[in-house]
Amino acid sequence: MTTPSTPTPASETSTSTAASGTKPTPRTTTSWLRDHSELGVCALLLALGVLVLTDALTMDVDITQRGPVGPKTVPVVVGIGLLLVAALLAVDVLRGGRGQAETGEDVDLTEPADWRTVALLSGVFLGSAVLIEPLGFPAAGALLFWGAAYALGSRRVDRDPLIAAVLSLAAYALFDKLLGVPLPGGPLMGVL
Amino acid sequence: MNALNSLLDGFGTALTPLNLLWAAVGVLLGTAIGVLPGIGPAMAVALLLPVTYGLDPTGAFIMFAGIYYGAMFGGSTTSILLNTPGESAAVVAAMEGNPMAKSGRGAQALAAAAVGHFAGGMVGTLLLVALAPTVADLAVDIGAPDYFAIMVLAFIAVTSVLGSSRVRGLASLLIGLTIGLIGLDQMTGQQRLTFGSLHLADGVDVVIVAVGLFAIGEALWVAAHLRRRPPEPIPVGRPWLGRADLRRTWKAWARGPFIGFPFGAIPAGGAEIPTFLSYVTEKRLSKHKDEWGKGAIEGVAGPESAASASAAGTLVSMLTLGLPTTAVAAVMLAAFQQYGIQPGPLLFEREPDLVWGLIASLFVGMVLLLALNLPLAPVWAKLLRIPRPYLYAGIMFFAAVGAYAVGGEVIDLVMLLVIGLIGFGMRRYGLPVLPAVIGVILGPAAEQQLRRALQISDGSVTGLVNTPFSVTVYAVVVLLLAWPLLRRALPRRATTAAESSEAPETPEAPEAPEAAEPPTPSGPRT
Repeated sequence: MTTPSTPTPASETSTSTAASGTKPTPRTTTSWLRDHSELGVCALLLALGVLVLTDALTMDVDITQRGPVGPKTVPVVVGIGLLLVAALLAVDVLRGGRGQAETGEDVDLTEPADWRTVALLSGVFLGSAVLIEPLGFPAAGALLFWGAAYALGSRRVDRDPLIAAVLSLAAYALFDKLLGVPLPGGPLMGVL
Repeated sequence: MNALNSLLDGFGTALTPLNLLWAAVGVLLGTAIGVLPGIGPAMAVALLLPVTYGLDPTGAFIMFAGIYYGAMFGGSTTSILLNTPGESAAVVAAMEGNPMAKSGRGAQALAAAAVGHFAGGMVGTLLLVALAPTVADLAVDIGAPDYFAIMVLAFIAVTSVLGSSRVRGLASLLIGLTIGLIGLDQMTGQQRLTFGSLHLADGVDVVIVAVGLFAIGEALWVAAHLRRRPPEPIPVGRPWLGRADLRRTWKAWARGPFIGFPFGAIPAGGAEIPTFLSYVTEKRLSKHKDEWGKGAIEGVAGPESAASASAAGTLVSMLTLGLPTTAVAAVMLAAFQQYGIQPGPLLFEREPDLVWGLIASLFVGMVLLLALNLPLAPVWAKLLRIPRPYLYAGIMFFAAVGAYAVGGEVIDLVMLLVIGLIGFGMRRYGLPVLPAVIGVILGPAAEQQLRRALQISDGSVTGLVNTPFSVTVYAVVVLLLAWPLLRRALPRRATTAAESSEAPETPEAPEAPEAAEPPTPSGPRT
């Protein structure tokens, strides 16, 4: 133990990480695409740049222009910047550069991404969002917490709903009553 | 003298029962957040932004500052007992602290860290008291071109100093600037990127962006890669220091602040670099060189003291210039915007109660933190065992509360999820989150200052560089941009060595740490 065992190596150059990432294995199109999935980021940046530029250039500013720099200038600069960065990033990726996925205490990057959990979490989040108005915040919030804990692998049917209910009611009381941020109580709070 | 009087008035503000309560809430929350894996101070402050709707600014900022300092204290506990540093500031604490804990000296490591934070925070805050009014006086008549220069500096610093890839930092910044463009143009009322939507015409609230990127993005990212069995913390007793330990640590405590404070004040990545520098300094000065790597107590004391002092330095630039140098400062800046307060040189004139109350509460918070952390460290360590599903479900829950509190509209929650998914993608592909947040927070303001400056100069670009202040700032910007070239020219030895050893697992040679890069944290924990 003579060396600091920080979990991630300080890889200053993104190229050095790529050396271990690309294996000299079958050069099929799918595996190439998987290795270069970061090109998707370039595509998105490119699309965003085009969107920003289109919006800026179709702006009708004849009447509203005041001063030498109008509302168009900065969007045009940002749009061109996006196009440039998309190109630069593509060059970097094609030359073997890779963005380093973020690590953390609870992150295990050796396992493949668990898309089911991500989809489930997003679904639970959207579902509870829709339910806030009809059910009220305390009920929808409790469902959100319970659902999210379930999606993340907690299966304590006795404990999870209880924690969810207490947390949700406490947050409702804190925001609605103490801080004066109105949250809808819903039919449940009407009864209580 | 004047600063001293103001500080005394500040204590008058900070010691009112209500503000004391907010300070206590802040340091308690901050310590918990620092200890908890997965949540960093920036995410915590972002999640708490909605309280700005209901709280007076003084109370809110006293609480936020308590969280900032508290998270520093708590973060080292995680580093020492788990060896998985959460906050970037706590990376170095793991290097000597964890071996100490493994060999049964965890209590001493925790004590050295806690007292180090206390010393660093105290000295740092004293320097803040001494320097901030002077900086504010010097900068008091800065105008539009100067503000624009400062914001350019923030943009450049955050993309090129932090993180490992400039292109990716720049991409992140541009994404943030784009989000900042959405809505009505502030000067002409022109609709931009609204696509005819009435909801988008209001712009995307900065609370939603910060919470989405920091909290939802993080929760989703962790969910995709959740470690099946979380690491077990090393059990530890009550922190204490023996006489021999004290003899070895006091100099390290005293040196740390003077390394940490200046680095906190400049946009150089917050506590990362100074903690590492302090580590190297202490190692070179140590009489017990054989212990380094196996648990040298100076290696915990110095860097932790530097870390807290850098937090104070961060506040100098944030309060006097409105320049955020860390993620927490960026989110605090967003909170200032929520209140319609412009941090900058005039803040000390216009809001003396707020500023000095905040500064005085830092001293109060520091004492509270020492009292909380020395005897209670084993209790805090229990937080490390929290079931991860609850932790991340809780983050999702509070993120939803915060976004809904913005306007009471369900569409905001949908937007929050979309921005969270962007944050997820950014973490997957190594785009740092902080530049995007800075882009959203400072982008609109920078555009306004730019246009104002050019209006005054009637469109001539010289209007941007016609003050000594702005010229100085641009000089710093050029220096930052040229820095990689300069650095490449200097330690050629270290770069070639790193490239020849292809394996990224190879740890940096500890013999030449001054040539090596400071250790990158396990991801800038927000």
